[in-house]
Parts: sequence; structure tokens; C-alpha cells
Amino acid sequence: MRSTPELDARGGLEKLAGYPFHVLTWVGDDGYPVSVAVEASVDVAGLAASFDAPAGLSVPSGGPVSLTGSHIRPQPGYGYDERRHVTVWGHAAVGSDGRLVLTAERAWGWDEKEVPFFEYSERSLGQSRKYFDALSRERGTPVKPRLSLGFLTLRTTRLPFLTATIVPVILGILIAAHHGAFDPLTVLLTVIGAAFVQLAINVSNDVFDTAQGADDANVTPTQFSGGSRVIQYGLVSFRQMATLAFAFYAAAAVIGLVLLAIRPSIELLLIGVVGFIVGLGYTAPPLKLVYRGLGEIAVALGFGPLMLLGAYVVQTGGALSWDAFIASLPVALLVALILYVNEIPDRRGDAHAGKRTLPVRWSSQAVVLGYRVTVIAAYALVIVGVVAGWLPLPALAVLLTVPLARQVGNGLLPNYDNPYGLMAVMGVNIKLHLYVGLLLIAAYVVVLAAAAVAPGVPLFLH
Amino acid sequence: MATLPEPVERLLDAALVGELTVVNAAGRPITYPLIPLYDGEKVYLTSSTLFSRKLEHIDRNPKVSVSLTDPVAVGGRTDRVTIQGDARVIAEDPHGGWERLLPIWEKKEPSIVSFLKVRVALPLFFERALIEVTPRRVLYWSDGSASTAPVVTLVGKEAA
Repeated sequence: MRSTPELDARGGLEKLAGYPFHVLTWVGDDGYPVSVAVEASVDVAGLAASFDAPAGLSVPSGGPVSLTGSHIRPQPGYGYDERRHVTVWGHAAVGSDGRLVLTAERAWGWDEKEVPFFEYSERSLGQSRKYFDALSRERGTPVKPRLSLGFLTLRTTRLPFLTATIVPVILGILIAAHHGAFDPLTVLLTVIGAAFVQLAINVSNDVFDTAQGADDANVTPTQFSGGSRVIQYGLVSFRQMATLAFAFYAAAAVIGLVLLAIRPSIELLLIGVVGFIVGLGYTAPPLKLVYRGLGEIAVALGFGPLMLLGAYVVQTGGALSWDAFIASLPVALLVALILYVNEIPDRRGDAHAGKRTLPVRWSSQAVVLGYRVTVIAAYALVIVGVVAGWLPLPALAVLLTVPLARQVGNGLLPNYDNPYGLMAVMGVNIKLHLYVGLLLIAAYVVVLAAAAVAPGVPLFLH
Repeated sequence: MATLPEPVERLLDAALVGELTVVNAAGRPITYPLIPLYDGEKVYLTSSTLFSRKLEHIDRNPKVSVSLTDPVAVGGRTDRVTIQGDARVIAEDPHGGWERLLPIWEKKEPSIVSFLKVRVALPLFFERALIEVTPRRVLYWSDGSASTAPVVTLVGKEAA
């Protein structure tokens, strides 16, 4: 993979013409490079650049020379930005007017406006791997990049995304408590078990996406998309990640079995089995749901009804309820929208790896329309749920988050082709799911508190 | 111990960016814009392992030059310099060995410290090698113009 776009001599000269001066460089007779600033006249059509011979120095006639242009903009208190540079190589000869003429042969350069620094870095991963391999061979012992244990854990497990689990699980537990079922031991086990499920999914996604080439093909990962990349960065080996995924799945399975033993029910067993299939099958063959454009449905199902109803039936011993199911739907839609938006910057790499996500299949306009329709549906479900008496009145507080949803909806198109500009939008979208979830949780806390201190206060319309 | 002419030292201290030129296996000069860091004796540059091809070139051929040519990058000064020297790659500890030069780097790019605090965001950028350049010869243009011959100063063992 090239770290910078292909640049031929003509393209290099075109860029070189934009710099106010140029650094002429050649290798002197003593083997040291010599550099001197000149003002070259660039003739793009003639594939040449001419300049006055520098005084007191001998430019090799017919030897390899280069002209470099570079630019930064100083930013006091910060450093600098607007980085770009280009070098054109060729051979120099004395022209008819006595000036030296470089006949351009090849060029190389980087402009952070064309290839943002983060993408440039991702495109250069191969060079870093090569460097560490050479260092390891030289020392006879593996030399790897490092991170502190805390940072490595955070990055490997994508711990902050646990909010996707915590929201539906706590909500399910609170709805069960509202229905009179609450057991602290199984609550604790449920939260821990559900967290292990998500950690297992997070880590196994990286394993299967790496195995299928999707993470390697993605050169525009962001803080919120493109996986943890610890395998790509050489921080954790593929085998270690696979072992970690297995360990998380095993821990989740053990806790699930303990919960089944404490609160046996066919409903919990079914939810656990379906959850395992959907979670693993999200990226793992043969299902590879996200590769088939079914990722959003899988995530909605897993981090909506399955998590919420799973937590609910642990408390109730298997009894299901419509209001728990209804409460899971807006959460499900909003968590699916996290994936949906996060897939936008990944779409080129995903397409390259055969990952046919919705942003890969659809036009940008269709993706934005899909976002708006889904987010409206999430709010509509809350309103209908309250009007129908399935959800408590305080749940209407989720409407306070509408400005966030508008911010995301309006921010998608302007940043559609700018992964790093989209990062802020993705961050707001994640907040939207979290805040709606927290407000729904708060609504049930109010219901439980009211039941304790002021029974009979009507917090449901029916 | 100062080894370079005083105006050159001041240029090095001021420069946000200079050009490191190395020589590849084919004998071709390759120029990389980098931040020059001067400790009063030697010139240092650092390279992330992501952009480490220059290190391979230096390992093969240590003869390099560091030039300071851009008035914008040196606070408006118009004098220019090329420092030729022998480079050595210091890569004992890519994770933290380079951090001894962080105080000089921070003076030129204050934001680097806050980036380093969140190195988890771009871990490989902060896996770095140091390039230590021992100056041998200095070409100095007081007016910055190539129409006048540079003042040449031999440094270190070249001067002896």
C-alpha cells in the first residue's frame, strides 16, 4: 500500500511551481548531500525546471539532483500546520541560456490537505512493521511497539463502548424492579455477564475483521470506527486477540450458566443462545451479518431487545412483558445508528474487503435519509409508548435530546467524505444513544422512587 | 561545547522545520522536512517508526545534511544554512528513548506534549528513533542568496 498518492514528474513539477523557492540538492564529491535554496522557473509542459547555478558550488552536470518545496504555517503556542512538501528528481545540465536545467524524472510528496496526517500514518503501517521486524532480527529478540497496560486495555477492549450494554441492561433491571422483581445478586451477575458478552464481541470482531482483511484495508479509522487496530499496530498479536475473545466468551458463558442455574427459564436460555449466535455471527463466518448489510439489525437486536429482555427475565424468572420490549426499541434503533454512522468513514475499506454495509450499498443521500427516518422512529416509539401507557410519562424527557439528533442529521452530509470531520458527529451520535438511555433509566428511577414515597401518583397514562 | 557558528546556532534554535537530506542506495538525495533539535553540540531529529525509511538510508550511508532555508519556519530570518554531518540512528528504546529531547521539541511544538498524553490515539507515532547528526561542515549564506558563495566552516574533527 502506498503511503502517499502516486505522483509523476509532471504532477511533481505542478506542485513545485506553487512554492516561492526551492531547495536544490545533490550529493557532493565527498559523499555528503549539498542543499542550497534557489528560485527555479518551472516548465511543466517541458518537464523541466531551470535556475541560476549557485555561486561557489559545483552542481554535478548529468548527475542526480533534486528540487524540494516545503511549506508550514507557524501557529504560536501550538506548533505549525498546513504541512506539505514535494521533491522532484532529475538530472541537471547547463541550458542554452547558461542556467542550469533539471529534467524531471520522478517525484514524491505529501500534502496533509490531500492525505490527512492520520490517514498518512495508517497508510504507513507497513513501514513500521518492517522497522520493528528489522530491529527484532538485529537484536535476536522480539521488539514491539508498546502502550501502558491501562491504555492497551482501553484500546484492545474498546471499553468506553460498554455504554451500549449498560444502558439496556440497567433499563431491563429497572423495569423488572417496577414489576416487583429485584434480586441484587443476579443483578450484579447480569451486569458483569453482559459486559463480558460485549467485550467478547468487540475483541472477536477485530479478530474476524482482521482475518477477512477489512481492518487492514481501512486507512481512515477514527476514534469511533475501524476497530481497535491493536493487531494492525503490532500491539497485540492475532493469536492473543483470539485467545482474549475466547476468554471473554467463556466468562460470559459461565456467568450465563450460573444465572440459568439460579433463575432457570426457557426464555433466558433462548435469549442467551440467540445472543451468542448474533454476537459471534456479526463478523464471524458463516453468518458474517455485517458483511451482508445486516449489521444494523444484528446490533439493534443484540443491544436492544436481547440485552434488555435478557436482564429483565433474569429478574422475573422468565416472564416477559410488552412494556419491556417497547422500551428496548428506541434504544435498539439508536444503538444501530451508532454502527450505521460509524460505518460511513469505513465504507471504502469495507467495500474493498467485501463488507457490504449499508453505507457501502447506499448513496450518501440515502444514508442520511435512513438516519433521519430511523431517529424519528426512535422518538415516535417513545411518544407512542407513553401515550399507550407502556412507558412512564417522564420518559418524554428523551425529547430533550432532539437537538443532538438534529446535529447529527445535519452534520453527516457536509462531512461525508471527511472521516476526521465526521468524528465530532460520531461522538454526538454516541452521546445521543447514551443520553436517551440515561433519560429512560431516569424515568424508571422516578417511577420506583414515586412508588416508594408517594404511591398512587399516576406516572403512566393507562 | 558549542561547535557551530553563533548565527547557525540561533537559526537552529528558531527553526520549526528544516530539511534532512539522506542518500539512498542508488546515490540519490532524499529530502525530508523535520524539526531540528539542537542541544548545543549536535543536531537531533526524530522519526516515527511509521516514516522510518530514512533510518534505513542512514544505516546504509550516514552522510547527511540538515538545511534551514524557509524564512517562514525560522521566524522571518533570511539567512540560510546547510550543515553536513555524520548521522547515527539511536533506537535502543523506540517507546521512550526519544523523550529526552522532548523539552527542546516542546519549545518548538508545544502541542506535542498534549498529544503524547493521549498516545493511545496514535501509538505508533510515538514509537520513535533519534537521528543524531554530528556536524562536519557548515555552508552559511548570510543574505540567504545562492548568488553569493556560502561561508564554509569546518566543524569537529574536520576542523582539527
